[in-house]
Formats: sequence, C-alpha cells, structure tokens
Amino acid sequence: MLTTLLQNIINALQWGSFYSMIALGYCLVYGVLRLINFAHGDIFMVAAYIGFVFVGFLLKFISGSGMSGWLVLAITLPVTMFFTSLLGVFIERVAYRPLREKGAHRLYVVITALMVGLVLENGNLAIFGASSRKFPEIIDKVVYTFGGLHITNLKILVIVAAVVTFIFLQTVVNRSKIGMAMRAISYDKFGIPLMGIPVNKVVVFTFIIGSSLAAIAGILFGMSYPVLDPYMGMIIGWKAFIAAVVGGIGDIKGAFLGGFMLGFIEILIVSFFSSNLKDLIAFSILLIILVIKPTGFFGVAKSTKI
Amino acid sequence: MGKYQQKTIIIGGGILFALLLIMAQFKMIDLYVQSVIMFIGVNIIFATSLSIVNGYMGEFSCGHAGFMAVGAYVSSLMSVMLFTPDKATGLSVLPPSMSIYLFPVIIIIGGVVAGIAGLLVAIPSFKTRDDYLAIITIAVNFIIVTALNNMEVVGGSRGYMGMKKVIYGMEGIIKFPYMLFWVITFTIFAIFLIRRFITSTYGKGIIAIKQDEVAAEIMSVDTNHMKLVAFMFSSGLAGISGGLFAHVIGYVNPGSFSILKSTEGLVMVYLGGMGSLSGSVISAILFTILLEILRPLQILKWVIIPLMLILVMQFRPEGLMGDKELSDFFPKLKKYFKFK
Amino acid sequence: MSLLKITDLTQRFGGLTAVSDLQVDLEEGGLYGLIGPNGAGKTTIFNMVSGFYTPTEGTIDFDGTVINGKKPHSVTALGIGRTFQNIRLWHDMTVLDNIRLSQHYHLGYSVFEPFIRTKNYYSNEKRIEDKSMELLGVFNLQDIAQEFPKNLPYGIQRRVEIARALAANPKLLLLDEPAAGLSSADVVDLIDHIRWIHDNFDITIWMIEHQMEVIMNLCKYIKVIDFGKTIAEGTPDEIQKNPQVIKAYLGDEEEMYA
Repeated sequence: MLTTLLQNIINALQWGSFYSMIALGYCLVYGVLRLINFAHGDIFMVAAYIGFVFVGFLLKFISGSGMSGWLVLAITLPVTMFFTSLLGVFIERVAYRPLREKGAHRLYVVITALMVGLVLENGNLAIFGASSRKFPEIIDKVVYTFGGLHITNLKILVIVAAVVTFIFLQTVVNRSKIGMAMRAISYDKFGIPLMGIPVNKVVVFTFIIGSSLAAIAGILFGMSYPVLDPYMGMIIGWKAFIAAVVGGIGDIKGAFLGGFMLGFIEILIVSFFSSNLKDLIAFSILLIILVIKPTGFFGVAKSTKI
Repeated sequence: MGKYQQKTIIIGGGILFALLLIMAQFKMIDLYVQSVIMFIGVNIIFATSLSIVNGYMGEFSCGHAGFMAVGAYVSSLMSVMLFTPDKATGLSVLPPSMSIYLFPVIIIIGGVVAGIAGLLVAIPSFKTRDDYLAIITIAVNFIIVTALNNMEVVGGSRGYMGMKKVIYGMEGIIKFPYMLFWVITFTIFAIFLIRRFITSTYGKGIIAIKQDEVAAEIMSVDTNHMKLVAFMFSSGLAGISGGLFAHVIGYVNPGSFSILKSTEGLVMVYLGGMGSLSGSVISAILFTILLEILRPLQILKWVIIPLMLILVMQFRPEGLMGDKELSDFFPKLKKYFKFK
Repeated sequence: MSLLKITDLTQRFGGLTAVSDLQVDLEEGGLYGLIGPNGAGKTTIFNMVSGFYTPTEGTIDFDGTVINGKKPHSVTALGIGRTFQNIRLWHDMTVLDNIRLSQHYHLGYSVFEPFIRTKNYYSNEKRIEDKSMELLGVFNLQDIAQEFPKNLPYGIQRRVEIARALAANPKLLLLDEPAAGLSSADVVDLIDHIRWIHDNFDITIWMIEHQMEVIMNLCKYIKVIDFGKTIAEGTPDEIQKNPQVIKAYLGDEEEMYA
C-alpha cells in the first residue's frame, strides 16, 4: 500500500513537472503582457516535433559511431530550444506585437493567440499526417529499485529539470536587471517605456525564455511518453494554464506549484478511480478552488481603486 | 423608424422566408444548400448568444460550447425518447404526430436546461472577472464534455443518435422542411430577443458593467443580478442552438462541443466586433460560408482560416464592425430596422 | 434631524488602519465638507458610506436604516448618490443613457417585460426618458444628450456626472473632489453650481475637496481627518485657525527642521 502510494507520488511528480514547466511559460508571458498565450501549449507540441525530427536526423547521421545517448540529448536540447525560441519570437513579432502597437483590445490578442495555436496544430497535422509519431529512445533506461519502488533515471531527470528551471526563472525574474524590467512592465505598461526600458526587447526575451522552457518540456515529454500527436499540446496547454491560474497566475511560485498540484490530482484520480473520470474530477476540484479563492493560492487580489 | 418601412421589412422578410420554404418543399434547392443555410442559422444563434456575455457585458467566457452541448443532449434525449417507437411494443411514448407541435417546445426546454447550467458560470463570475473567469468557463466546458463522455445513457464518447428518425417521422406525417423552418424561426427569434434586451434600460445594465463595473454597481445597477440574467440568457440561447444543431445533423457526440467549438464562437464574436449584434450575425454567416467553401482543402482549411483571421485582426483590430451596427454605416437602414 | 449618523467607524486593510473610530452626524439639508491631506482616508469613508467597502467595525445609519454591509446598488436605491474623484462615466454610452441607467434601481417593470414589451414597459421607459431629459434640461445639458462623454470637455463631464448622481433621487449627495482637474474659472462656476444644486434639489451634500476656496465658500461645517482620525471639526473660520489642522497640512515645524 505504502509502496503504491509512493510510486504514485513519484509518477505524480513526473507528470506534474510537465504541467509546471508549461505553466511557467504561460505565467511568464502573462506576467509581462497580461496576455493568455493560448498558443503556448502548441509551441510545446512543436518543440517535441522539432526534437523528434532532429534526433531522428542525428541518430541516422551518427549510427554506429557509438555516441552516447546523453551526448545526443545534450546536443538536441539547445538546438530544439533555439528553434522553438525562434518560433516563439516569430509569433510575437508577426502576430502579437502589431496588435499591441495598434492598441487593440487585449482580448483580440488572446483570440489571435488561439488562432496561432490552431495554425500550429493543423499545420503540423498537414505536414506529418494524422498518425502519431514515436519519439526515438535516446538514453538507456536505468531503473533504480528501493524496496518495491521503481524509479527510472528519466523520471529523476524530468523532476530535476522542472525544479532547476523553476529556480533559474525565480532567480532571473527576482534578481536580474531584465527580470526587474519584466516585473516593471507588468505593473505599468504605459509608464515604463518613458523610463527608457526597451519594452519590446524585454518582451522578446520573455518569449525566448518561455519557448525554451516549452522546448525542454517537449523533449523530456517525448522521451517519457514517446507518442507524439499534433493535438497533445492543446490539451496539456489548456490544463497547464488552468493549473497556473489556480496557483495564482503572475506568480512564478504559484504556477510551479499549481502544475504539480494538477499532476497529483490527476495521478491520484487515475490510480483510485478511473482514468475516464480524470478530467471531470480534476476540473471540478480546480473549479471549486477557484470559486473559493478566486485569485488562486499565491495570487494577490487586485484591488479596485476608486 | 417609420411604421410603413417596418411593415415592409416584416412582409418582405416573410415572403422571402415563405419562398425559401416552398423551394425547399419542392426540392428546388438541393439538400446541401439547405444544410448550409441551417448551419448558418445555428451559428448565428451561437455567436449572438455569446456576444451577450463577451460582447456586451465584456466578460471573457471561453467555454460556451458546453452550454450548447447541454441543450443538444437534453433536447435530443427528449425527442428520441418521446417519439421513437419502443422495440418491444412498437409504440412510442407519445404519438409521433405530436412531435410536429412539440418539437419547438423540446428545443426550448433544452435551452432552459442549458440556461440553468449557465449558473455554473454566473455564480463564480460575481467575485471574479477577466482571465479568471476565462479559466472557470474553460473548466466548465471540460467538465460538461467529460461528463457526457462518461454517461453511458447518452452513448458516452460514441455519441447519441436517432434524431433523424424523429424528423423523418415528422416528415412522414406532413411533408414539410421542418428543420429549415425551425432553424430560421429560432434565429430570428434569438436576434429579436437579444435586440429587445439590449435596447431596454434594464438590459443596458450589462453594457454599463462592461464600461465600468464599479460605477455600475454604485449607480444602482445590481451587477450580480445582471450577470446572472446575462449568463442564463446567453447559455439558454446557446442551448437552443445546440438543440437545433443536434437535430440538423441527427447525431451528437461530446467531441463536437469541445473547446474548439467554443473557439469558433469566440472567433465569430470578436471578428464581428465586441458589442455589435449585426457584426456577430455577419461574421457567423461569413465564417460558416468560409468553412464550406474551404471544405475540399480538408485539414489545410484549419490552417488557412486561422491565418486569414490573424490577417483580418491586423487590419481591423477592433473586429469587422467594432461596436457599430449596420445602421451606423448605412444610416438609411434605420428606417427599416431599429438596431440600437 | 440627523440624516447620516456614523458611529465608531473603523476600516482596516490587513495591518493598515485606514479609518479609525470615526463619528459623523450630518443634519438634513446641510452642506458639509471633509478635508485632509492625501491618503488621510477620505475616499475610504465615502466608499464605506456608498457600500463599496464593508466597514470593519462601527455602524452607518442612514435615514433610520443601518446600511453597512449592504451592496452599493441598494445603498444608492436608499438615497445616497455619489461622484468620483476621477470621473467614472460610462464613456462609450450616450449622456442620456448615462442618466437613464442610474435609475436602474427603479425601472418599474419586471425582468420579462423588456422581452415582451408590455404597455407597462413602454410607459416606464417613457417615464425614465422624460425624467432624464428633464434633468439634463435643468443642468442645461439637453443639447449634448446624444454625445459620448469621452468626447466632452472635463468640466462638462463633471456636470454630467453630478447629474447622473442626482438621477437616482438621492437625499444625500457625496461629491469626491468635484473641483479636481478644473481650471480656476471652472472652479468659480462649480461653486455656484453646487450651491445651486443644494438649494434647488433640497438635498444634503457632503464633499471631499482639496481646494480650500471651494470648501470654505460652500460648507457650513467641516471635518478634518489625518491618518484616518478626526483631528478637527467646526465652521470654516474655526478650521482655518486650528493649530492641529495647520500642522497636518504644513507639517510639523520641528520635524521640518530636525
């Protein structure tokens, strides 16, 4: 019983790590621009595909050379991060920024984000076809056993990656100069350009970080659950966003913990009830939390001044 | 507006409607065109209903398809259970001839139940708005769809069918393009109701909420009450569009009311312009026709349409109509129809 | 007779006490002033009276009804109207609609009547419209009834906002810095205007204002608060001489030179 529970906790930590990493990306963009970047889940999906294509290419190229899987991963990660960032920045530059500069209503940018998401999903579907792809196995699986508990090296890698990215982000946002600029923009987007802060540069930086996070999540996801399909980003993305809000959007800690919370809720439901009821129960719980605490766990109520 | 002009438009519209029905009756318009007209109608109801909350009240509700699903399932279940012959006895609960009269009632009941489901969103909206409300509505959409997926009574994820039989039953008694008639009637009815709501001092309360909620509350608008009414009204109409949708297609499954359907609704509302009823109608028509024209492209359709929308947004960042009505662009129309 | 009686009113936000132990007694028909340095808690008091904040402690008694804890719209319906520091009109709605909508508490028809459009609906809409036009006429604003507030000059917006507050038939009108952002010529007009409203509408007015010219000219009785506490009250003459008021406004001399 205890081992089952512990095993579930490990699984939940792994599952939650993905939500967390994606939620962090949402949270960053939201924090700076107050934009729900609904395309973020699909950026994650595209990242997984970029990783898939690149690894396939690399494996063919080096086959027989005895190159270690870890080295492949070490090459794939930055490459994928680079291309995904390129995509993120491109979307920002082409679709969001012109609207912002024209002073469009905030919700029109959100709708544009939704459309970008659709383009990515269906564009991918058109290119790769409807059949799902199998992500190649890069690193050799090692299983560590403690008592009845099985932990693979991959699981540890995923969890560590989530924690490291979180700490990295926390430091960047709270300690660095550019992080300070990011926070400043979220407070006052009219005054900040007057202070000489290059808003667009900061926004581009935000998208680079957010997309890179999505890239890390995408590759690790492909390695952990090796079946890729074009719609995987949408569902995970929407859920991660809800998790970020429950954690308290605009707050990195909140998004991080919110992602893990959703992971836990889902894994526990699957192991104790049925996987069919997963979404129903998980969303009901999140809904109840939001009704009781509308600003999420770490969110601060924005007081209306009159 | 002049009385005569108003009469002209009612009579003219009536004649057009009658002509359309006659042509459909005698198969002068083929079934495909008929079905496109019906989809346009369904989408107009769906889009205008969402425009109450998202356009006029300025909230961001993202899960409107959930309410459409409620209406679709409730009315489908009712019509199939009441008017389909039992396998053992060969008799239906009510004589099939009654379905001709009861059909609109069933659709409205579907709408009422969806309206009650709208409370799921209305009550949280008292405390929260903007993006938090967006999340709540998304969650509600997911909850409704997964609940339907898990209900074996309505066929789970396989979906629910049998509505075609009911319609055929109706046509077997008296031949008439029932669905075309009811879809258009309900479309006119929905636009009519929304316009009446929004032109009354009472209904304008929701516009006040959009423009300044604090001022609205302090200037004696009971904002909670208005939100409740707006959400119930909006989701009720969405339920009606769902009921019609289900009976036009003759088959429903939870997948057709996913977040993607909600997205379509959002697109229609914001493309038309926030707070423009004629904008929502126009964009619903354009959107549906576009979907049909691009159908041969299959999956590429869903790449091209969003791309087109992104492009449109760049040139008209306030939607096609902004918050204007048709009559603001063509003032002569005011003689025929009061838009605001 | 006392119209508004506030006893032991306290408002805390987390650790901050914005208003503490406030006592107010406004007689019917008076013209009262509330002054104090920035951040003294003046608007917080108005927010509590109009129901926007629920007081932490104390009671607000208006015309025989305890109103704390009531929602703002029902407080307005009881007869308290207000304006805002930074004008909060509905800027994308016509001036006429602005006036019309502040009668939302008394429409005279049920929820279903806008849809069915009964006789009762039409007669009440007519009543509301007539009353709004009449009010605009009184304020000499009838010509801009179809304009949008966002296109109007600031001074006119102020007048529209006051008209809007009066449309709900208030017994007590709260004016939150009515002179803010006005030119000195406009301020002179405003003083006459407020006096005229006070006399014509048979109404009690309580106003927050920073411009002493306005306060000293209009108000018979003034309350001064600082850091949420009452530091003085009395007639304009008394207030001007009060050493504590001078200290609050000009700062402590010793502190200044310390």
